[in-house]
Amino acid sequence: MSALEKLKQELLDQIEAANDLGSLEQARVEALGKKGKITSLMKNLGQMSHEERVETGKALNMLKGEIAKQISEREENLKRAALEEKLKTETVDVTLSPRPQEQGTVHPISQTLDEMIKIFADMGFAVVEGPDIEDDFHNFTALNFPPEHPARQMHDTFYLPDVEGAEGDAAKRLLRTHTSTVQIRTMSAGKPPFKVIVPGRTYRSDYDMTHTPMFHQLEGLYIDKNITMAHLKGCLTDFVREFFQIDDLPVRFRPHYFPFTEPSAEMDIGCDRSDGKLKIGAGADWMEILGCGVVHPNVLKNCGIDPDEYQGFAFGIGVERPAMLKYGIPDLRTFFESDLRWLRHYGFGPFDHPGQNF
Amino acid sequence: MKLTLSWLKQYLDTDANVYDIAEKMTAIGIEVEEVIDRADMVEGFVVGHVKEAEQHPDADRLKLCKVDVGDGQIKQIVCGAPNARAGIKVAFAPIGSYIPGIDVTLKKAQIRGVESEGMMCSERELLLSDEHQGIIELDKSAEIGAPLAPALGLNDPIIDIAVTPNRGDTASIYGIARDLAAAGMGTLKALEKPAIKPAFDTPQSITIHDEKACPLFLGRLIKGVKNAPSPKWLQDQLRAIGLRPISTLVDITNYFCIGLNRPLHVYDADQLKGNMHVRMSEGGETLNALNDKSYTLKEDMTLICDDENVLGLGGIVGGVESGSEMDTVNVFLECAYFDPITTAMSGRALQIDSDARYRFERGIDPTFTHQGMEMATQMILDLCGGEAGSVVQVGDVPDITVSYDFDLGLTERLGGLKIEAKRQIEILESLGFSCEKTAQDTVYNVTSPAWRHDLQGPADFVEEVLRIEGYDKIPSISVTKSPDEHSKVILDDTQIFADKAKRHLSARGLYETVTWSFMDRALAEKFVVHDNHNFDDLSLTNPLSSELNTMRPSILPNLIQGVARNKARGMHNVNLFEVGPVFNSVELVKGQHNVIAGIRSGHNQDKHWAEAQRPIDVMDVKADILALLSLSTSNVRPQITRDAPNYYHPGRSAALRLGKNVLGYFGELHPGLLEEMDIDGPVVGFELFYEDLPMAKKKTNARPLLQASNLQAVSRDFAFIVKDDVSADETVRAITGAEKKLISDVTIFDVYQGKGIEDGYKSLAINVTLQPDEKTLTEEEIDAVGQSIIKAVETKVGGKLRA
Repeated sequence: MSALEKLKQELLDQIEAANDLGSLEQARVEALGKKGKITSLMKNLGQMSHEERVETGKALNMLKGEIAKQISEREENLKRAALEEKLKTETVDVTLSPRPQEQGTVHPISQTLDEMIKIFADMGFAVVEGPDIEDDFHNFTALNFPPEHPARQMHDTFYLPDVEGAEGDAAKRLLRTHTSTVQIRTMSAGKPPFKVIVPGRTYRSDYDMTHTPMFHQLEGLYIDKNITMAHLKGCLTDFVREFFQIDDLPVRFRPHYFPFTEPSAEMDIGCDRSDGKLKIGAGADWMEILGCGVVHPNVLKNCGIDPDEYQGFAFGIGVERPAMLKYGIPDLRTFFESDLRWLRHYGFGPFDHPGQNF
Repeated sequence: MKLTLSWLKQYLDTDANVYDIAEKMTAIGIEVEEVIDRADMVEGFVVGHVKEAEQHPDADRLKLCKVDVGDGQIKQIVCGAPNARAGIKVAFAPIGSYIPGIDVTLKKAQIRGVESEGMMCSERELLLSDEHQGIIELDKSAEIGAPLAPALGLNDPIIDIAVTPNRGDTASIYGIARDLAAAGMGTLKALEKPAIKPAFDTPQSITIHDEKACPLFLGRLIKGVKNAPSPKWLQDQLRAIGLRPISTLVDITNYFCIGLNRPLHVYDADQLKGNMHVRMSEGGETLNALNDKSYTLKEDMTLICDDENVLGLGGIVGGVESGSEMDTVNVFLECAYFDPITTAMSGRALQIDSDARYRFERGIDPTFTHQGMEMATQMILDLCGGEAGSVVQVGDVPDITVSYDFDLGLTERLGGLKIEAKRQIEILESLGFSCEKTAQDTVYNVTSPAWRHDLQGPADFVEEVLRIEGYDKIPSISVTKSPDEHSKVILDDTQIFADKAKRHLSARGLYETVTWSFMDRALAEKFVVHDNHNFDDLSLTNPLSSELNTMRPSILPNLIQGVARNKARGMHNVNLFEVGPVFNSVELVKGQHNVIAGIRSGHNQDKHWAEAQRPIDVMDVKADILALLSLSTSNVRPQITRDAPNYYHPGRSAALRLGKNVLGYFGELHPGLLEEMDIDGPVVGFELFYEDLPMAKKKTNARPLLQASNLQAVSRDFAFIVKDDVSADETVRAITGAEKKLISDVTIFDVYQGKGIEDGYKSLAINVTLQPDEKTLTEEEIDAVGQSIIKAVETKVGGKLRA
C-alpha cells in the first residue's frame, strides 16, 4: 500500500468516524485545510521533477476530490440525520380540527330557479323580470280576466289602497298573484318575437300546510309567427324530463281553464304512490306540475300585437313544489323560516352552480 | 262538486265503468279530484237477520242478539241499540273488519262477560249520516248473507270534480253527461218535456224593475201540496253528494240545481203580501236568510220583494219568513234568470256562498227556464200532490249566444294538429254548437249553445275541438336555440351580478334565506331612510295578520328576526343574507328596488384551539360589501361617508356613495333598536343597492395587456401621529397623492392609542410600496419620496412622523 493510499484510508476512516458536524469539520480541516495533510502534500509538488509532479499531482487531485466528495456526502447524511432527529420532536396532533372557515349555502329556491333558467336558456329563452306591486290592469284586465268574473276569485289577492289620481284598473294596487303580469309588460314594451322566462315572487292570501302567502313562479312566453301547442308540449316535456333527470318521465296534458290562454292545459307528470312514498317517474298516478296554453288572442290584442300574425304559448310553474319534489323537502312553510339547521341541510354549496355541474 | 254514477246515468246511457268515465272526464277538461268507491268501505260486511234479541244478563241497556249471517252461521252479538230486535235485517260487520265512523278494527270481545262476535252498524258508524240513535234497519227483502254494499245503496260510486270558473254548464250532472256524450262515452238521454195543464190562473202579479239584473222571471202557484221527507232514492242521492235532505220541496230544488243547473225557489204562497217585485236594493234593507244569518244589504243588489217585505236575494239566497216549511200547503215556484255579474258582486259583497249563486254567476242556460219550470212542477205534483196554476212570465229569454266565423284551419294553426273538417264540425255539433257553411270553403259561422257563457272567439272553438279529439293526439315538437340566438343575452349584467353575489356570499360563510316581502308596520317604521316614506300607501288592505301588513322598506328587520329565532334555538354565530325587493312607494316598477342585504352576529368563528374567536364587528360586513363590489363588471371605487340611516350605530356605520347615488350601507345595527327587538348584540349588517351599480358599457372578452414591471418594488414603513378624528381613508389618500406615479400600495398595519400617545391622538403604522417603472430607485430617490410623504401627511391631515 502506497503512502497515498494509506493516507486516503486514514482520512476516510476519520470521516467515517465523525459523528457530528463539528468532528466532520475537524476532519475536513485536517485533510483539506490550509495546513491540512493533502494541502501540505500539494505544497511539496513544486519541489518535484516534471514527471513526478505530473503523476503525483494527478493522484493528489484525485484524492482531494474523493475526500471532498466523501466529506460532503457525510455532511449531507449528518444534516439529514440531525433534521430527522429534530423533526421527531415536532409532532402535531393531525386529528385536531383545522382553522375554521365557515361556508354558507345558497337557498333551494335560488338553486331551483338557476336550474330551471339553465334549461330554458339552452332553448334560447332570456330572463326578464317585473314588479311585485302591480295594478289590476296588468294582473287581471290585460290578461283577459272578465270584470267581476269568478276567475278573479281563484286568486286570493292581497290589495293595497287605491292610488289617488288614477282611475279604474290602473288605480287598484295589488301584489301580483302570478308572474303572468310580465307577459303584458314584455309584449307591450317590445316587438315580437318574444322568447322569455320570468322568475319572481308572487302572492296569494292563503296560509296553511300547502300554501304560503308568498311563493315563487317561473313564467314562460314564446311568441312568434308559427308557434303552436305542439311546441308547447315539446318544450315543457323536455323541461320536466331534464329538470327531474328522468328521460322517460310520463307527461300528460289535460284541458283546463286560464283566462289568458286558449286552448289551455294543465300538465301532469307521472308518479308512484304505491308504497306510501311519492316517487316521480313511471307509476300509476299523476301529479299536476304546471299550467300552460296558447296565448289568448285578446291578450295579444291588449298588448298591441296582431293575433292574426303572431301566436305562441305561455306557461307558469311554481318553484317551491318542484324543489320539494326534486330534493325531498317535506314542508313548504320551512322555506321561509330562516332556520339555520334547515338552510345547512337543504341549502346548496356556492359552487353547485347548475351552469357548471348540472 | 260531487256526483254519483247512478245520477249521471239518469242522463247518460253508457256501459262504461266509473274509472273509464273519470278518465274521459279528465281528458276532456273536467278535472276529477277523486273517485270514491264506497263499496270498498264495507267490503266483507253482509246482510244479517236478527233471530233473537234478549236481555243481557248483566246489563240493563244491552241486548244479546243471535244473528243469522248466511250459510247457516249464527253469530252472538251484544248490542246497545234501542231498535235492536228480532226480525229486522241489519248491517253486520264481522270480526276483523274496520269501522270507519269510530276508527276501530273489530276484535273478538267479552262485553260484560258475554262474548260478542261482530257488530251491527249504525249509519254514523259507516259514515252514511250523523244518525246514531239506532242500528241500520235494512229493507225486509234484503237477502241474508248477501254483500252489504248493494243493500245500502253503496255500490254507487261517487266522482268528485273541480269545476273551472268558465264552465258553469259542467256545474250540473246533465252538463257533464252532455260533454261525455260528445266525447263518445255514451248517449245523452233526452229530458222530458211535460206539458202541465193549469188548473187555474196564478193570481200573482210580478214586476221586474231592472231587466239587466233579471231579464226573465217565471212564477207559478201550486195549491194543496203535502210537504214531507222526500223519497229514499232522492235522499240517498243528495246525501251521497254531501247535501242534507230537508223536505220534498227543498230537495226537489236541490235536485234541479245540481242535476240540471236549474236553481229554483219555492215560496210559501200564503206569506206573500201583494205584488212581487224584482228590484235593485237601495242599501240598508235587511234579510233574514235561509242560511240562518241576517244581512244588511248594500246598494244595487237584486232583491225579490213583495209589497211589504224583502223575500230574498235574487239568485243567491231566499228569506226565512217566506220559505217553505213542512206544513206549507200553497207554494209559489220561482224559475228565473239572474245576471251573472250582478249575482257575483252581491254574493261576494255579502260573502254568501250558495249553490244557486255558484251557478248563476257562472251562467245558466236561459232557454231552459220554461222547460225547467214544467219539469219541476211535474215533480212537485208527483211527489207532493196538489194542483198547478198557470205560469206567469215577466221578461223575455235573453239571448246569450255568440257567433263567430271559424276557419277550420285555425285548429292546426294554433293546435299543431290537423283534424278533418268533417270531424271538427261533428265535435262542435255534438257539443251543441251550430255550424253554418259560409261562402269560403273552410270557414263556418259557428254559434254557441245557450248554456255556454265562456266563448270569446274562434280560439275557443279550437279548444273545444282539441279537447274532445284529445290533447294526447297533438304532436310534441322540441324548442331549441335558433341560429340567431347563440349570442343572445340570457341574463343581463345586473341579474348575473345577483347570481354571483349569492354564491360569493355563501362562500364567505353567509347563509342565503328568503323571507316575506311584507312585515309588521310598527317594526318597519324603524327601518326607513326617508322621512317621507308613505306607510299608508304600502300597507295591505287585507293582510293575513298585523305581522305581515306592510311592504318592507328594508330586508334587515326580517334578517334580524331570523337571527333572533336561531339564537333562541341555541345557535350562535348566525350569518344570513337575502336578495330581494324592498318597497319605497306604490309607483309601478320604480317604487321597488332589489337589494342584497346581509347580517352577521355573534363571533367571527366558533371557539377553536388555534385561533381565538372575537366578536364580529363593522369590518366584517365592510369586507362583505367590498367583496360584492369586486364582482361588478366595472371598477367601482365608492366614497365612504358617515351618514348611514339611523337604524345603524351612529359611530360604527357608513354609506357607500358614487356621485349622488347611495350604493349601500354597512355597519353595526343600532344597539337601542336591537334592545327593542329583544336581541343581544352586536349585530352587523349591510345593504347593497346593486341595481345602481355601474356596469361596464362595452362588452369584450379580451383583457387589456398585462403591464408587469421587471424592476424591484421597494417597501417602506412609516408611523404617523394624527388626531383621533382623522380617518384612515384621508391619510391613505394623502400618502397616495404624494407621488402618484411611484406609490402603488398603501396599507395601514397598526392603529395605536394609549401609553406614549397623547390623548385625542392616535398612531398609524403604514406600509408604503413604491413600484418604479423606468429604472431602479436609488436610496436618495427613495428618501426623497419619504420626505414628500411626510410633508403630504403634515399638510393634508396634520399628522407628524412618530419620533
